[in-house]
Amino acid sequence: MSFTESALKLFHLGEGPPDRSKRFAAIGRDLPRVDGRAKVTGTATYAAEWPVENLVHGAVIDSEIARGTVRSIDDSVALAAPGVLAVVTHENAPRLASYPKKGAGFPLTGEGGLGEVRQPLQDPTIYYGAQSIAVIVAETSEQARFAANLVKVEYDVQPPELDMDAASWTTRPTEFSGGEALQRGDESVEKALEGAPVRLEREYENPIYHHNPIEILASIACWEQRGGKDRLLLYDTTRSVDMLRDVVCHSFGLPLDCVHIVSKFIGGAFGSKAWTYHNPLLVALAAKVAGRPLRLEWRRQQVWSIGGHRPAQRHRLRIGAEPDGHMRALHHWTRQHSSMISGYTEYGSRMTKMMYAVPELGFTNELAHLNLPSPSVMRGPGFLTGGWALETALDELASELSIDPIELRLRNYAEIDPDTGLPFSNKHLRDCYDRGKERFGWDARHAKPSTQRIGRDLVGYGMASAMHPAAQQEASATVTLHADGTATARSATHELGNGSYTVFRQIAADGVALPIERVTFDLGDTTFPKAPPTHGSITTATVGPAVLDAATDAIAKLKDLASKDRASPLHGAKAERIEARAGRLHLFGDPATGEDYGTILRRAGVQEVTGKADVKPGLERMRYAFYSFGAVFAEVRVDSDTGVVRVARLCGVYDCGRLINPRTARSQLMGGMIFGLGAALTEETIFDPVNGLPVTRNLADYHVPACADTPDITIEVLNIPDPHIGELGAHGVGEMGTNGVPPAIGNAIFNATGHRLRSLPYTPDKLIKAYRHG
Amino acid sequence: MIPFRYQHANDIADAVALAGRLNDAQFIAGGTSQVDLLKEGVQRPTVLIDIFRIGLSEITDLQGGGLSIGANVRNSTASDHPAIRERYTAIAEALHAGASQQIRNMASMAGNLLQRTRCPYLRDPAQRCNKRDPGSGCAAVEGFNRMHAIFGQTDEGAQSQRTCIAVHPSDMAVAMAAHEAVIVIHSSTGERRIAFEDLHRLPEHDPSRDTNLACDDLIVAIELPAFNGTSHYLKVRDRASYAYALVSCATAVEMDGDRIASARVALGSVAHKPWRLFAAEALLQGERPSEELFRRAAEAGLEGARTYSMNGYKPDLARVLVARALSETTGLTPLQGPAGTAFAASVGGIAGVIEES
Repeated sequence: MSFTESALKLFHLGEGPPDRSKRFAAIGRDLPRVDGRAKVTGTATYAAEWPVENLVHGAVIDSEIARGTVRSIDDSVALAAPGVLAVVTHENAPRLASYPKKGAGFPLTGEGGLGEVRQPLQDPTIYYGAQSIAVIVAETSEQARFAANLVKVEYDVQPPELDMDAASWTTRPTEFSGGEALQRGDESVEKALEGAPVRLEREYENPIYHHNPIEILASIACWEQRGGKDRLLLYDTTRSVDMLRDVVCHSFGLPLDCVHIVSKFIGGAFGSKAWTYHNPLLVALAAKVAGRPLRLEWRRQQVWSIGGHRPAQRHRLRIGAEPDGHMRALHHWTRQHSSMISGYTEYGSRMTKMMYAVPELGFTNELAHLNLPSPSVMRGPGFLTGGWALETALDELASELSIDPIELRLRNYAEIDPDTGLPFSNKHLRDCYDRGKERFGWDARHAKPSTQRIGRDLVGYGMASAMHPAAQQEASATVTLHADGTATARSATHELGNGSYTVFRQIAADGVALPIERVTFDLGDTTFPKAPPTHGSITTATVGPAVLDAATDAIAKLKDLASKDRASPLHGAKAERIEARAGRLHLFGDPATGEDYGTILRRAGVQEVTGKADVKPGLERMRYAFYSFGAVFAEVRVDSDTGVVRVARLCGVYDCGRLINPRTARSQLMGGMIFGLGAALTEETIFDPVNGLPVTRNLADYHVPACADTPDITIEVLNIPDPHIGELGAHGVGEMGTNGVPPAIGNAIFNATGHRLRSLPYTPDKLIKAYRHG
Repeated sequence: MIPFRYQHANDIADAVALAGRLNDAQFIAGGTSQVDLLKEGVQRPTVLIDIFRIGLSEITDLQGGGLSIGANVRNSTASDHPAIRERYTAIAEALHAGASQQIRNMASMAGNLLQRTRCPYLRDPAQRCNKRDPGSGCAAVEGFNRMHAIFGQTDEGAQSQRTCIAVHPSDMAVAMAAHEAVIVIHSSTGERRIAFEDLHRLPEHDPSRDTNLACDDLIVAIELPAFNGTSHYLKVRDRASYAYALVSCATAVEMDGDRIASARVALGSVAHKPWRLFAAEALLQGERPSEELFRRAAEAGLEGARTYSMNGYKPDLARVLVARALSETTGLTPLQGPAGTAFAASVGGIAGVIEES
């Protein structure tokens, strides 16, 4: 027996049979959000809303050029304006340590890293348009914003580099975020492509997209001196309190216990509000100079540069196939831009590398460094756009070979992960295709394009596969049982609309066998047990097991108290013989012999008992490939003269493990699908091709889908627990819904019109051009 | 935002007198567009004169069959007014197809006409814009010009102080152009009326001026002449609601038996003002409606269009809209929704509304 095999035998986290004493009562229930009322009545406290005494306000000045240096800043008029307390620039800001190389285990710097390496206000170099170059601090935010107009900045201007294809600095990063390979392929892929009887080569391009959560970036920074040490309390919109604390401590040279970060409610993030941006550091710096607590809310006009975005990409897909549709070789080339101070690489081939059973697989991810702002992760990074290119190319292949698009996918169905060679932990994609086919009515599709009409509209059906990794990270949690028969659970995770407050309360409630009304869950605080950033759709599968295990630990401790207590009816009973049910411990099969939690605690003379858990993914990750899957279907109506596209129906069937709460999961999936619809039809950010400044700067010009763009959406989830991901069997669903929607819509447009659009978004002008050129 | 004083006018005379007396004063009514421009530092008045309390909020019949709409009537009041919906359908449709219900609830009718272009370069003080900062140049000609003008623009290059390729953003103004509305103005010299065609102007040598109004000219009413025909508005936009037009078209057609007695056709989002297609109108007069005629009219109307790197689609789209709007106005093809609603005006309709095939 090899070492690995014996280790696998010993290690069975996530492998063993469920604890027979645990009953899932709240888990799996369709429950409303526990924080819904607070949110809609305005009592939920967001980062910019904390009441802080002696507060001053900040406004940020943006650079008016995209490349060069700040020659001089004349703040004399601004400083004399009413209420102005300070103008903080690179000339007077305290020095920070250089940007940390790692955060929460992820590489932040270097090619393929996640962060923007520039620390704020440390030097006069301008790397991109609307870069933050100064902060005005004043008694009111109106005074600060007014005074921002009075600062005169002189620049030494250089012509910005803005063309991805003409960039002077290009690289091929080796790894995405320190883990996944970004380059693969050799002679054998090329040979297989050349030798294939059917060859298809296509190029696709997607624009820059912005996250645009409704809550804009904001922080309140409060410094105080206590015990001879500088301490910082930072309220921030971050979805990574622990990681941000690491970055802040590193930057300011502070010990971990001197920085406290709080983020109780986040008004959406979609990949923004991460650790990678300088906004909280900028506020902390300015507050230090001002010597008073400082509140700074960015303006919508400013987040196009400093809040991250999904970069524009060009994809080239090359497929070599048999006439029956079996793919023999597949290569995905992507080029995209990053800034001059970030190595972030949107991983175009992230779906291509694992989706279909292709013997020869290759991919290339190229980075062009430009004088554009730093890109970042955005909902479905790599999957949304790279997956769009792949799933469009497959539709093109299906059309060329006259094979039904679902049949083509079935012929290339991957039973094992082509990337790692491991079996999938819980793949039921065939069921997704089948259910989707039936729910959507796929059989009514006309195989020949441009043959179905209703009035002036051409009608088309399209579909695409979708996937998302079911990743997990390390997390910790505590669950405390109180003598009054309630319980509180804690972990430093986040609530950004994903339903954390609700689903972790459900999990904690089942873990301690209490009704959900008697359990609370708290989050978003660096004094709580550690949790990773809320990203990558990992949260349910990461924090969930920590909460469940902490609850189990609390019950174990309670059992121990009872068993050791001579006065308890459970005295001397072994833990395995005791069952927790409805707030009581009793002997298995003998509910009468037992007592409630409060009685045990009070008799022991304690107010509470706290269970703890630190969980991390184990060796099961070496045995299985963990992914969620889905099949997405779209019906479109395309105006045959104006090129206006409307989606008449969307249907998604998903395979993403057990649902903890069908209602919040459905809301996540639906939001994701509408997000994908926006990427497909309406959303696009423009930077000026000459001067590099953001041209799209508001929500009137950046078209997030309106209700009138959004059709009836059918969502079905298989709800099959993953037997290998832990007791909960749950995957995250946050990003799943976005993937697959753009190609399903694009493929439906082809089916409707016979025109293949290879550029997102599918706006009327592109179809008009296609109509004109036939 | 640059600090300014704010005061209410008590009546028309008071408003006009204040505007004449105070330097850099501006009227404010609904403020839905203006306040954004104040925040951006695009408009920098020293005084705002609030005219919302001086009345001007009635819609009344004029002798001879016309309609007078007070300057302060809310967009949402006008859009749902039976007389406008029935007799000046294009105006109701244009209003319903513009902005959002919340904005229409606040925006005034005169303010709608006076809203400024959505050219993104106007709104960013870091960018060159002759409309905002005369002499600074025009970033749009070499930059993002997908939404920009194909008619009547001044283009002497990005550096020129005269260059401006912005378009007027109002939907309603396009419908008003087709209805040949009359603008009633009060100023220090008394009351006067100007033709709708003379309200807005082309950039010519001074892009900073959107209209021919003087600083103390106060629009008090919009008069719609009697109309015995059918009017209609069609709009194409990037998103199904709450987006400015890529191109829009308003038509107002009066018939004499089976022949067109008069037709007026205006395009939106193609010029610095609502753009009348006089050549097309001349071609239609006295003819029997037919698809072929409308295609010819559209061809004639779009002659001379001049496009940029990103707006080459506009003439094609405009030709389709002109022919389609005329066809729907004259009943050759059915409207795509009830007359006077956003459903009739919005090309593509609402997502998820499934018709029987």
